[in-house]
Amino acid sequence: MRELDPANGSIGPESSAANTGARRGALGFVTDVTLCIGCKACEVACKQWNDLPMDDLGLTGHSYDNTNDLGATTWRHVAFVEQFGQGRGSQSMSNAPGSNWLMLSDVCKHCVNAGCLEACPTGAIIRTEFDTVVIQQDICNGCGYCLPACPFGVPALSQTDGKAHKCTLCYDRLKDGLEPACAKACPTDSIQFGPIAELMPRARKRVTTLRERGVESAYIYGDRAVGGTGGISGLNAFFVLIDAPEVYNLPNMPELPQRKTMASYLTTIGTAVACGVATYLTLRNR
Amino acid sequence: MRLLKLLKQHVGMVPNPISDATREIRARTRGADVSISVCPYCAVGCSQLVYSKNGRVINIEGNDASPINGGTLCPKGAATFGLLTSPARVTTVKYRAPYGDRWEERPLEWAMERIAQRVKETRDAHFEEIAVDGTIVNRTLAIGHLGGATLDNEENYLIKKLFTAGLGIVAVENQARI
Amino acid sequence: MADSDCVVIMGANMAENHPVGFRFVMKAKERGATIIHIDPRFSRTSALSDVHVPLRAGSDLVFLGALINYTLKHHKYFKDYVVHYTNAPVIINDDYRDTEELGGLFSGYVEKERRYDAETWRYAGQPVHSGAEQHASEDFQTREGVAGQDDATKQQTDPTLQDPRCVFQIVARHYARYTPDMVEQSCGVPRELFLKVAEAITSNSGRDRTTSFAYAVAWTQHTTGTQIIGACALLQLLLGNIGRPGGGILALRGHATIQGSTDIPTLYNLLPGYIPMPSRPVQSHATLDGFIREEKLETGIWHDLPKYLVSLLKAWYGAAAQPDNDFCYDLVPKIEADHSFQAMLLMMKDGIMKGLFCMGQNPAVGGQNSILGRQALANLDWLVVRDVHEIETAAFWYDAPEARRGDIRPTEVKTEIFFLPAAISAEKEGSYTNTQRLVQWHDKGVEPSGDCRSEATFLYDLGKRLKELYRDDDGPRGRQINAVTWDYPTKGPFGEIDLEAVVKEMNGYTVVDRRPVTGYAELTDDGSTACGCWIYSGIMPEEGRNLARARSGDDRAALDWGFAWPGNCRLLYNRASADPDGRPWSERKKWVWWDGEQRHWTGHDVPDFPTTKPPDYRPPPGAKGLAAHAGDAPFVRLADGKGALFVSAGLKDGPLPTHYEPWESPVSNLLYPEQSRSPVALSFPRPDNRYHEPADLRFPYVLTTYRLTEHHCAGGMSRWVPWLAELQPEGFVEISPELAGELGIDNGDWVTVSTLRGQIETRAMVTARIQPLRIDGKTLHQVGMPWHFGFGGLAAGAIANDLIALVEDPNSRIHQAKALTCNLERGREPKAGRRGTGGEGRGMHPSRDDGA
Repeated sequence: MRELDPANGSIGPESSAANTGARRGALGFVTDVTLCIGCKACEVACKQWNDLPMDDLGLTGHSYDNTNDLGATTWRHVAFVEQFGQGRGSQSMSNAPGSNWLMLSDVCKHCVNAGCLEACPTGAIIRTEFDTVVIQQDICNGCGYCLPACPFGVPALSQTDGKAHKCTLCYDRLKDGLEPACAKACPTDSIQFGPIAELMPRARKRVTTLRERGVESAYIYGDRAVGGTGGISGLNAFFVLIDAPEVYNLPNMPELPQRKTMASYLTTIGTAVACGVATYLTLRNR
Repeated sequence: MRLLKLLKQHVGMVPNPISDATREIRARTRGADVSISVCPYCAVGCSQLVYSKNGRVINIEGNDASPINGGTLCPKGAATFGLLTSPARVTTVKYRAPYGDRWEERPLEWAMERIAQRVKETRDAHFEEIAVDGTIVNRTLAIGHLGGATLDNEENYLIKKLFTAGLGIVAVENQARI
Repeated sequence: MADSDCVVIMGANMAENHPVGFRFVMKAKERGATIIHIDPRFSRTSALSDVHVPLRAGSDLVFLGALINYTLKHHKYFKDYVVHYTNAPVIINDDYRDTEELGGLFSGYVEKERRYDAETWRYAGQPVHSGAEQHASEDFQTREGVAGQDDATKQQTDPTLQDPRCVFQIVARHYARYTPDMVEQSCGVPRELFLKVAEAITSNSGRDRTTSFAYAVAWTQHTTGTQIIGACALLQLLLGNIGRPGGGILALRGHATIQGSTDIPTLYNLLPGYIPMPSRPVQSHATLDGFIREEKLETGIWHDLPKYLVSLLKAWYGAAAQPDNDFCYDLVPKIEADHSFQAMLLMMKDGIMKGLFCMGQNPAVGGQNSILGRQALANLDWLVVRDVHEIETAAFWYDAPEARRGDIRPTEVKTEIFFLPAAISAEKEGSYTNTQRLVQWHDKGVEPSGDCRSEATFLYDLGKRLKELYRDDDGPRGRQINAVTWDYPTKGPFGEIDLEAVVKEMNGYTVVDRRPVTGYAELTDDGSTACGCWIYSGIMPEEGRNLARARSGDDRAALDWGFAWPGNCRLLYNRASADPDGRPWSERKKWVWWDGEQRHWTGHDVPDFPTTKPPDYRPPPGAKGLAAHAGDAPFVRLADGKGALFVSAGLKDGPLPTHYEPWESPVSNLLYPEQSRSPVALSFPRPDNRYHEPADLRFPYVLTTYRLTEHHCAGGMSRWVPWLAELQPEGFVEISPELAGELGIDNGDWVTVSTLRGQIETRAMVTARIQPLRIDGKTLHQVGMPWHFGFGGLAAGAIANDLIALVEDPNSRIHQAKALTCNLERGREPKAGRRGTGGEGRGMHPSRDDGA
């Protein structure tokens, strides 16, 4: 068994060295598209460990993707993007990763500030000791508030039990010191698991290497240090990408919906106060 | 004060309570028996860990110690547990009589004896001891065998030994030519 | 492979079909290696490679020949290696005539019999065996061409490589017309792209750098499959990439022990350890002495053939095998002709074969011309299918398309069918040999459920019953079955045999005390040792120590993880990793070398060479066996210890790889216009196996078949597994947007694909990953179909093999599924025999068939 020691990840919050935005002991994934061979071992390993049924969508005609999206019974999903005739090709002999057939294994981002968790009215969604975000199935009542609250569209309601489901980052395995099933299975280490404090510097180094090898477009999606996390403060499951987020069906500027509501929140309070004051004044003047 | 607390909770500043069930969650492989296997699919030879409890397999994953796969598996290898527990897996003998229009259930013992009889019948009727040119050939062309590449080496050895050395069956072939 | 500086994947789709093996390619890539994928389709392997070279399916040998030509013409070959370790300096018989002189034929062609007489391909001055590994794959048809014994010490050579009759010069002339322009015209690969590849390969070969090639069945499944691989071997020898770390030619094999089932062969023409099967038409095979006289080589490792063979007979026939009865050699059945898979199908269909065992193989889907194959199954008296799921081979009589549309009725099919459920690896113990010859043991995790049993249990039980049935039979039939030793210790609730006892038998033991031998060097030819498979000898060096179960390897070669034959050596012919004087060619590529002080070979691996034979050893006249090889002859399994650029005997289609068009090709052979098809390919022209003539306008497209990551071979282990079925739920044909445009086909539309063998309907996947090619000035369209699918399971689809003809490579007897011609039209096949339109569909996935 590959052992992990959460204590290794002990760094202070907002550690200046790594500047990851991660909390002490946070664990997560980095998924590097330049190493992905699109084999979907992660999907199967996830379904096997978590005992998830087949989706059975039939032949979709979308390249080699027949599971379509993350959902209640698909917690890892490999997207295939065929981009032929768009410049990038593997004909240059440049030793530069990246071709015109992009593959990305998507997963719940386990946001540092998670919209789903904040929106959950029942307290079913928790932040674990590993800084991952987990839906407690014994508490979830299937209200579905978490669905629109996720900027990535990750949680989904199951058609069989009506509850919300998503990746748990193999909470049960983490508790026993085991690596999550998807990362363990991944043959090419496209999915790496570990303390964010280690993963983030490794990913930044990888991006530097990729750029040196000619992949100018490489970047980290979900790195707080490069900004643009819209109140999410970073992703515990982040990505090394080589094209725009939208190409991979990821939002370019993800934002917590709560942020948008803050203004109306304050307006509401302000209006209430103003109404109160006005009423008071009106009544007093009477 | 209470209002403030409620507000704080609403915006996620206070952790949600952890249920007893969540507190108790552990990997189901804890305390399981582990045996070392090899992936039955392709020829890369990935080492697998087979976890079982009470004689039933509960999980199969890659073996970290292997210099070949280092704990990883491909989708087929990762689905080995699914192969073992496939809902469509047949676990009883099925028999289809000549010109029959359905499968019939038969005991394994019955099938084994019937197969042995059929082998003997066919072999006896089509056994060639000496060819027309006088060469001793001790063979039958009337029985064939297919398969071996998905079996074990020892089973291949036993197939060749029983069928070819013991019964004179020469048409023994496997997927190497497919 | 992780040590390679350049990896060429050709005739394989490694990332998809061997994803975990591809880890090592990715490692090499991260270390800066160049990854090249040469394949008609842009696959997941191409996506991860530095360069993808789309070429016309079936034109591989033109490409490889051009690489050879480039290497020679630009002096990129590794001269020290070539001169010392290959047969480049050897002078060939004066009578030899090349294809360049005879319009695409070699000298010795016997037109009437469509075969070669190899007499003129000999080394000058003497007849020479080519080495028993190739030797073993032949049968009576060319046997007369291998008479006489060779003596490696008497070759005529020209170390300067200048003599026009030396192999080096013959090779150079043979490939002179395989030019970049020819590649452009014949393969459809732009000249510049070819040159880029040639430059990458040659600049990453030599003392300090190595290039490896990986291939799979897209090289073997051609009428010239053996020669395609031979061309690669020739190139790799010229570049000095054999027997060295990061070099080699890796065969990526598709089944867990397809290597093991060739080593311990369930193949008609071999005995265990690549000893040829005795053959009736070879007169000398009538007796043991004659067989040994015929098959033994005087020099090299095959000099000890009598020891291997007699020990095998002792393992099989035990006490019955005695010197005075030639160790029961007469009980070993003699083959008559081609009894390989395709011939078997015809034997069944024609009523010669009456009964069939099918264990873990699904010919109703995986066999070529599978329509004929299913007719063959329907003509058997009895059929035993042992598998995990109710595969098509068991269900054909009611569920095949022809049954669904009512062309055959169950009540008209006479076959008595036994379906016996099988146990899977986690439910039984035993070993697999992986694609690198590594034997690994799997322990039993749990007992199988219900009637599921291992094949070993089935065979042991069946063997005991048959011995009982023949107990009182003193005739030859009874003598044969009764002589076979079948007394293994058993264990467990189902009386399973202890497979370690079988391992011990394969390993070999001394008869008198049943002590395991430590290796094949201990075997004898007097009956005092027994050994079931000499090349596996050493796997159990002492009682109970099964090295297949060794699991502690963590050094560079992981020598303590499993057992690799021969003798646990991981890199074959690794003597070649050192220079003639025994020093590593370079520090970077050091692997095995001569330790002058200790006077033995040492290194990271077990030397595949006599451990104490010094580099300067020269054989005395008349030396035999390995003693006849010099200290700088690394290729111990070949008669002369040298890598064969020119194969003077043992191949049926010529001493040098030569391009012939696929049996069915839309274009003519630009290199040899008079000789489009291989002159010696084996064909079976008959009404149920019709061929398309070259350039038949009715079948204008090139069809190639392939596999997907998500499924396994004919699907018996994957199409019924929900997690795999959802990933690739249905068959399809990949076509280019250009062809789709011409035919008015949209992505996802139903199309009909047809050949003279069959007609099937499937869905179109329109993708730019398939490109039209410019061949000889004209546009050529290629289409591709995965061949996994069949009518059963959760993931169903039309059977690609219904389209494919029976036609064989004369050496390997492998069919041609990677390049043929077909027609493709928009719309459904009117008589497809869909589920729900007849027969007894089980309704597992009714929605699947009508293509929601």
